[in-house]
Parts: sequence; C-alpha cells; structure tokens
Amino acid sequence: MIVGGIDVITLTATLMGASTPVLLAATGELVAEKSGVLNLGVEGMMIIGAVAGFAAAVTTGNPVLGFVAGALAGALLATLFAALTQLLLSNQVATGLALTLFGLGLSALIGKGYEGVRPPGTPKLDFGPLSDIPVLGRILFSHDWVVYLSLLLVALVWFVLRFTRAGLILRAVGESHDAAHALGYRVVAVRFAALAFGGALAGLGGAYLSLVRVPQWTEGMTAGAGWIALAIVVFASWRPWRVLLGAYLFGGITALQLQLQAAGYAIPVHILSMAPYLVTIVVLVILSAIHRHGVQAAPACLGKPFHASS
Amino acid sequence: MITLVRRPTPSKLWTYATPLVAVIATMIAGGLLFSLLGKHPVEAIRVIFWEPLFGANASYFRGQLLVKAGPLILIAAGLAVGFRAGIWNIGAEGQYIMGALFAAWLALRIYPAESHWLFPAMIVLGALGGLLWALIPALLRVFFGTSEILVSLMLVYVAENLLAYMAFGPMKNPEGYGFPGSRNLQDYPSAYNHELIAGTGMHWGVVAALVAVIFTYVLMHRHIMGFRIRVAGEAPKAARFAGVMPARLVIFCLGLGGAFAGLAGMFEVAGPSGQITDSFNVGYGFTAIIVAFLGRLHPLGILLAGLLMALTYIGGDMAQLTLGLPSAAIQVFQGMLLFFLLAFDVLTNFRIRIGRAIA
Repeated sequence: MIVGGIDVITLTATLMGASTPVLLAATGELVAEKSGVLNLGVEGMMIIGAVAGFAAAVTTGNPVLGFVAGALAGALLATLFAALTQLLLSNQVATGLALTLFGLGLSALIGKGYEGVRPPGTPKLDFGPLSDIPVLGRILFSHDWVVYLSLLLVALVWFVLRFTRAGLILRAVGESHDAAHALGYRVVAVRFAALAFGGALAGLGGAYLSLVRVPQWTEGMTAGAGWIALAIVVFASWRPWRVLLGAYLFGGITALQLQLQAAGYAIPVHILSMAPYLVTIVVLVILSAIHRHGVQAAPACLGKPFHASS
Repeated sequence: MITLVRRPTPSKLWTYATPLVAVIATMIAGGLLFSLLGKHPVEAIRVIFWEPLFGANASYFRGQLLVKAGPLILIAAGLAVGFRAGIWNIGAEGQYIMGALFAAWLALRIYPAESHWLFPAMIVLGALGGLLWALIPALLRVFFGTSEILVSLMLVYVAENLLAYMAFGPMKNPEGYGFPGSRNLQDYPSAYNHELIAGTGMHWGVVAALVAVIFTYVLMHRHIMGFRIRVAGEAPKAARFAGVMPARLVIFCLGLGGAFAGLAGMFEVAGPSGQITDSFNVGYGFTAIIVAFLGRLHPLGILLAGLLMALTYIGGDMAQLTLGLPSAAIQVFQGMLLFFLLAFDVLTNFRIRIGRAIA
C-alpha cells in the first residue's frame, strides 16, 4: 500500500522499532517521577547506555550482554544522581543537567575506539506462521525481543503502580514525602530504587539505539531522544499507557520523516529533521493548554527536595 | 551515623569556598581519570592549567583565553539572572546559533558593500535573533504554562538543523568551490569583528562580556528588578504578595538570556569563527550553564568562572597536542566540576553532624 511515495505498511512496521528507545527511557522516567524526583539526566543516561552497550556487545560478541551492560551503566549514572539529590540534597534541575553534560562527555571518551565498528546483530524473533500473516505479520510479528520487552515493561509498570503495595508506596512517596516519612516509609530508599530503575531503562533504550536502530556508535547519537522521553512523560500525564501512545506517536513521526527523506521529496533533509522536535513542542503546548485550569496530573512532590529534619 | 542539620542561614564561608573546593576535587578526580587513560596525572593537570598561562608558548595561548572566555561569560551572565528566579533557560546554544544566523544573514546580504553601519546593525540583529528564539519558550510558558526547560532545549535541535540547512543551502558561499559553509566574514572589513589590541584576543565580544557583567551586577544588586528576581527565586509566595508579576519576569529573564546568547553568537561568527558552517556551535551554550553555577550565579563570580572554564578548553587543546589526551576528556572534566560543585554545596546549607542524631 503506497500513499504519496510512502509505503504505509513499511512505515507502520518500522514505527515500533523507531519508538522503542524513547519508549523505554520514558517508561523509566515515569517511575522516577512518580516517586517525586525529576531527573533531567535522561539524555546522559541514554548515551552512556548506548556506548556501554555497544562496547560490551562488540567486545563479547553477544548483543544480550550489551543490553545488560547498557542498563547497568544507565542505572549506575542514575545512582550517582540519586546520591547527589537525595543524600546531598542538590538542586534536581542542575544535577540533571550535570548528568547529561557528564554523560555526553564520558560516552565520547569511552566510544573513541568504537567508531566505524559494526556490532553483532540482534535477530528478529521467529514467530513461525504468525510472521507470515500478510500485513499484520509484518507489523506485529517481525521484531526483535527488546521491542516486546519494552511493551512488557509498560504493562508491568502499569500493573505495579496500580495494583501492588510497592506501587502504592512509590506513589505515596511522590505525592507527599512528609506523610510517607511519618508513616515510616523510607523515602530516600524508595527514590533510590525508582531512580535506578529509570536509569536502567534509559540505558537499555540507549543500547537499543546503538545496537539495533543505527546500528553503530557515533558521538552524541541520542540527539535529544532523552529530552523527548521527558516530554513524553509530561504528554502522558504520568500514565503508563499514554507513555506508550506518546512514544509511538513520536516514533511514527520519526519513521515518516526518514521515509520522506528516502522517498526523495524536495524538502531539504535538515528541515525534515526538525520535525520530531517541532512536533514535541506543539504536543507539549496543546497538553499544557488543556491542563492549565484542570487537575494537576504531576506528582505533588515532583522536584521538591526532601530532608527528614523538618 | 552522619546526619545533616540545616543551617538557619546559608554559610557565608562555604558560599565562597565551595567553588574552590570543587575545583581542587575535580583536579584530583581528573588526575585519576587521566592516569586511567595512561597519562601522567600531575603532568596532564600542569599542561592544562599552567602551560597556557606561563608555559613556553603562553603568549599565543593567553590570547585564546579571552576568545573562549568572552562568549562563555556573556552567555552565563544572562542565564544566571534567570536561574536566580528559578527560570531554566537551557537552550542558550540555540539562541547563540540564531544570533549568529541573523547577523550573518545581514552581512551576507550587504556584501561586498562597505559601511560603518554594518557592524552595529549586526550587533542589533544578533541580539534580536537570540531574543526572538528565547521568547518562544517564554511566551509558551506565560500563555500555556508549557515547561520552558523542554521547549528551550528542543529549540536547540531545531536551530542546529536550521544552521546546517543554511550552511549547505541559502548561505553557502557561491565562490566556495562547492564546499559547505558561508563566505568568511574575516575577509569582509565592514563585518569583521577584529582584534582590538593585537595578540590579546580582545575583541568586541569580550568588551560586551565585560559590559554584561557590570550590567547584570547593577541589575541584580542595585535595581528593583534584581530584587524581584531574587525574591521570586527564593520565596515565590512572598514574591506574589510583593506584587511581582510572574509573567513579566519569565519574559524578561528568558529574553535577557536569549539576547546575550545571541550577541555571543554574533561576535563569534563575525570574528573568531568567521563562517556559518554546520559545526559553528561548539557547546558554549551548555558550558555556560556550568560557568553560571561555578560563579555562584553572581556576575563577578561568573567572570572568574568563565576564565577558568576557558582555561580548561585551551589547556585541553594543548594536552591533546602534546600528550595525546582525547578532547572528550576535557568535556568529562567539565561535567565532573559541576557534579563536585553541586555535591559540596550541601555544606553551604547544612552542617554535618557525626555521631548520634538528636531527635
């Protein structure tokens, strides 16, 4: 099916893969923000995940180990952020920026020897006859395991936040850290865990970028994906399923933009490349306009420092 | 058991000591990093911090110091005003690009006519370019409550793409043998932001940076607007009672930061860089955030912090040349500096008590 030089089925099929890095990072950031911490370092954690995952996969020849290393590296950087903001009570906005600047630098340093190398491939899962279903098979059953893992993680986060005691505590900490503290919950410990989880997912998303999407290591390759993940959390009003929607919407635009470039439209490449960022701004504006006078969707303690003395 | 006890008022001593302690800690941690890279740590630190100022080729490098510090100080001085009010413009990199594009557009349009009015007009357009780009997040924040953090940052990527488009398209040098990039404004006397005193690196952008430091000092410490900005940042509720209009403050702070960043971009494209190319921006807009914090958001502090940060850039180049230290190592070094600064800042607001906590 071809519309205006664009193959719609290919577009839909690439959409899921294109969305996965941002989906993973946004899901992780959602959990961190639900615990009341704004970590603006997603971009830094993603790029560290991208380089660590790439280096590990190339060195061991095993892409799975690459994804594990990416997640670990992201979690490690998030723990650093947690130590600064939760133990040393530093400003969350400034620390998040520091994390991004540091991550971009460190990744460039680590990645020096890996430029121009090809990583081991991550095969697409074989669903047997399912993959051969026309249209649907290509769209739904032609992906690698990380794509399905990301969907599973969205469902898991939704379930845990909504139906479990752990999720309730996490939300309580994010809505009112003083009340949660008075009830005997360990606010700082909960936030450490939430941040580490968020970092791991951002790292995993970064690794997916360098191991599957591109697949190559180049300096600064996340190109704002981490910031877009932050915007998607706002877009989603802190709800997991809307994060999925937002990420796929964004992935769709990215995929469409790349297809338009390939289809040889007379629009300059650089102008097309602006599209994801412009669309993110437009969506943010629409959302904030809607929420302006409505219910505040953000966790009440988001971005506020917690100190047990008061 | 180590506990933190909040100080009744921030410590004066630690306010000033934190940046120094952070710099020393960064040197130690940086030394460790350099030794991991197989370089002699003391030698590397010496090459970065000593050689450019007092080494054999110092006369060349000392000039570079002002060239690099100029834009950093100019941008950081503007950003700090907003940061004081709790308004986070992190898109200075984009505003810097837009300032350069606006100014270069005029110069390339007029070329090759010579006029004394061109350079002042470029200054106005540079400031205007940055200002307009920063007004986008400001107005969106005021009218729709959209996060200025995310919008200003997204606009950096838009500006970068626009820059590349201009460098490869409309602004490409017609006599450039097909190479991307505009005409070199250094060869265009009316537009060239030349060195004012030979060998010092002093150009109009450095003068503008000094003016910006004095201007923001007067604004923040001698003017009612500065009082409003500080109240808004430190006690938002009190600010509302004092009649501070948040909307005006947002527009003022973002606009000022944008105009300064735009000016920095203009002086850079007309001087040291000379050309619109897709690699025109080198991250001054982001490093300026570190400069603003390292300078304690105070204009005079920013002046010193800008010089120090410029030194790490030049020292980094030197270490790359003589020791083969990767350029990214300096980026890590700068990031670490901000980390240590934020970490040690705990001492400004808290006292550390070792032993049993008093309930």
